[in-house]
Amino acid sequence: MSSIPHIPCLRKGAPYESLDQIEIKGYSDGQTLASVSTVNGGIIRRDLRRIDQGKAALRKFTVDQLIDISAKAGEVFLNGSLPLGDKGHTQSPEDYISTLSATSGLPHVMVKRNMDKIHHALTHMRTVLTGLTRGLDFSILDKGYGAQFGTRISYYSTAKALGLVMPSNSPAVNSLWLPAIPLKTPVIIKPGREEPWTPYRLIQSFIAAGCPAEAFGFYPTDHEGAGVILESCGRALIFGDQNTTAQYANNPGIQIHGPGFSKILVGDDQIEHWPDFIDLMAASISENGGRSCINASAVVVPKYGKEIADALAKKLGPYKPTRPDDQGARLSGFANPKMAEYIDGAIAQDLKEPGAEDVTAHYREGSRKLEFEGGTYLCPTIVHCDSIAHPLANREFLCPYASVVEVPQAEMLEKIGPSLVVSAITKDPEFTEMLLDSDLIERLNLGAIPTMKISWDQPHEGNMFEFLYKRRSIEREE
Amino acid sequence: MMSTETVSNEAIQQAKEQLDAHVREIVQWHFSPETGSPFWLDWAEKAGWNPAQEIESFDDIIARFPHFQDEWLRDLQPDVWVPQAFKGQPFNVFETGGTTGMPKQRIGWTDYKVDYSEFSEKISDDHFPRNHYWLMMGPTGPRRLRLAIEHLANVRGCSCYFIDLDPRFVKKLIADKKFDVARSYMDHVIDQAVTILKHRKVSGVFTTPKLLEALSEKIDLWEAGIRGVFCGGTTMDPQYTRFLLEEVLENRIGFYPTYGNTLMGLAASVPVTREDNFSITYYAPQPRAVLRVVDAEKTDEVKEYDEWGRVELTTLTKEFFMPRFLERDEALRREPRAPYAWDGVAQVRPFGAMEKKIVEGVY
Repeated sequence: MSSIPHIPCLRKGAPYESLDQIEIKGYSDGQTLASVSTVNGGIIRRDLRRIDQGKAALRKFTVDQLIDISAKAGEVFLNGSLPLGDKGHTQSPEDYISTLSATSGLPHVMVKRNMDKIHHALTHMRTVLTGLTRGLDFSILDKGYGAQFGTRISYYSTAKALGLVMPSNSPAVNSLWLPAIPLKTPVIIKPGREEPWTPYRLIQSFIAAGCPAEAFGFYPTDHEGAGVILESCGRALIFGDQNTTAQYANNPGIQIHGPGFSKILVGDDQIEHWPDFIDLMAASISENGGRSCINASAVVVPKYGKEIADALAKKLGPYKPTRPDDQGARLSGFANPKMAEYIDGAIAQDLKEPGAEDVTAHYREGSRKLEFEGGTYLCPTIVHCDSIAHPLANREFLCPYASVVEVPQAEMLEKIGPSLVVSAITKDPEFTEMLLDSDLIERLNLGAIPTMKISWDQPHEGNMFEFLYKRRSIEREE
Repeated sequence: MMSTETVSNEAIQQAKEQLDAHVREIVQWHFSPETGSPFWLDWAEKAGWNPAQEIESFDDIIARFPHFQDEWLRDLQPDVWVPQAFKGQPFNVFETGGTTGMPKQRIGWTDYKVDYSEFSEKISDDHFPRNHYWLMMGPTGPRRLRLAIEHLANVRGCSCYFIDLDPRFVKKLIADKKFDVARSYMDHVIDQAVTILKHRKVSGVFTTPKLLEALSEKIDLWEAGIRGVFCGGTTMDPQYTRFLLEEVLENRIGFYPTYGNTLMGLAASVPVTREDNFSITYYAPQPRAVLRVVDAEKTDEVKEYDEWGRVELTTLTKEFFMPRFLERDEALRREPRAPYAWDGVAQVRPFGAMEKKIVEGVY
């Protein structure tokens, strides 16, 4: 057995070892942790022609059975030792945490938190699906039709498979595709270059729990291959920045998961209590290393902007890199140091524009970008902007970053722009009504709720059921 | 390291002697006033030495001649390349593949027929049944390949259908990031081929790797009657070669990759096998052409076996003499392998492919 695991492609669940392989290395020590087979788009296109077999394999199960399988998969994912590749290696939960940490830069404690989120989603799949389907009787999906809520109901599947072009920076985003399996839709995954671990482990968990292997395609591939997945599955999700995803903006079959531009808004009625909300704001900005689209990237307040920025900077500024296995770790390293360099440069460049100050600089020891034990880190950065029009006021970076900006309450909703999550700290009925009426906010937290809080029964980024199924009208002779 | 079918030292020595004898004949021809071309006679006069008297072997060519300059084929009128012995005989003007701007031009009379008649003996009747039709889908226009494929079909007792693809247009589209138009153009080419395959009986195909892949997505090649594919034009790395063999041709259609161009002719490959990890090795049609893999920085030095280097081509026919032309390709140097008693070049790809992205086009 080779000492380094080889992660093959999975073609309808069957391992395929390619002659083209890449090595996945630790971000700080450069140690090779696995080789990964990569394939061209032509192979994926060919396999997708036969994806009906994967769908047929899932159709043999009821939704209820697949919910049970998902729950078992969740337990195996969290606690089990699973095959890692095709050369006889296995991966314990501890191995998973340490290897993912070593390649992504996420400290162990954050990987574990992501793992728990995925486990929760899998073991609460019934709740998730009930939320997505708004209480649909699942047997209607098994039969294709039925009666509920006093009416006849029929749904049909919109896609032969769910295509996924995954990122490398946050393992918990894999929870987004999990409902596809109990919804009887095969998944075709292009993993992030540095993050084959989570989707591969999830697939192995499902298979170990009794899910048919044919339902899974795992294709480390190039740009062309990603295009094939996005264009050929019928429905697909892509993660990436605006440059990557813009070309798919008008394609209803492709759901884009880009920057969230999530925000905290404080109403006039609560602003005098601002010191009470500093911990909530700091957590919203910095949890998960500031890497999630649901991390707050702006704090919008009617007044006390400078004071709030200073208080946040005082709290977050001293955060320092730690060893990955430190239980108190708060910062993530960068698997690609050039990305850290780019972000640091972009912030520095825009700070030259008058009207913005890096308040954390007063509380930080050393520069924003740091080297620590071979890894590259970006320290928290709180920028006070004197206008929401400043280039740094509505930006999102892969680190604990947020702007603090003053905007009169009456103008907030016309100026914040599209926001994945808004935590609005207010009890003002009029402002609440305006917030509820806004079409710019995907998930609205009313009250002192961190932006990072999500509910599995309420999708905050597209409804997977509505994405994978469409309702049709039906008449059937009795 | 590839497995090799042993070639005896005697065979290698015999091939070298045959090459040296051929070199003497060709150099005599091109540098003698009765038979030579204006370009080379003029060149020798300026160089101040007489190759006809001083070149005895292929090693002498390497030692005495500088690299052939491709500008000579762009800037000079074609007449300067007409050997005295061919004077008055109309010639073909062939142009190189996907270049933009003024293309390199090579003139010729029957070289392509010689090359492809020889190649015909290297392909199996099972894959390319005699008296049966061919389809060429690829760059035709001013390229030697178009006439060569037709000749190949003809010498095998049959005829060929043609679908054109203009590689210069494709390169331009890709350079301009007009990917949708490029895709649409490729679909247009493929649709024409599908129409031919649906309405005519064809068993042999010449095309490029990408077009072959695209064609196979539109039609079942085996069911359409295709039994052999002769393929060339762009890079085929080992995994892509495996993909073509296993997935596109389903391990049941004969596959003959070749490396060639207007300046050389074509280098055939030894059979591609799993044992070789699907690495394709090509052998020049020696003695009419010689391929070497040289150090890109010190082009006088040949690389060791299984090392990457730049491809250098020397063409030695009575129609055309071209010493030490540095191709825009790099390759692995391979040992002689039966039936070829000279070095091969493997896994050919654009020069500098590892350092920068090269536009090869969708074709």
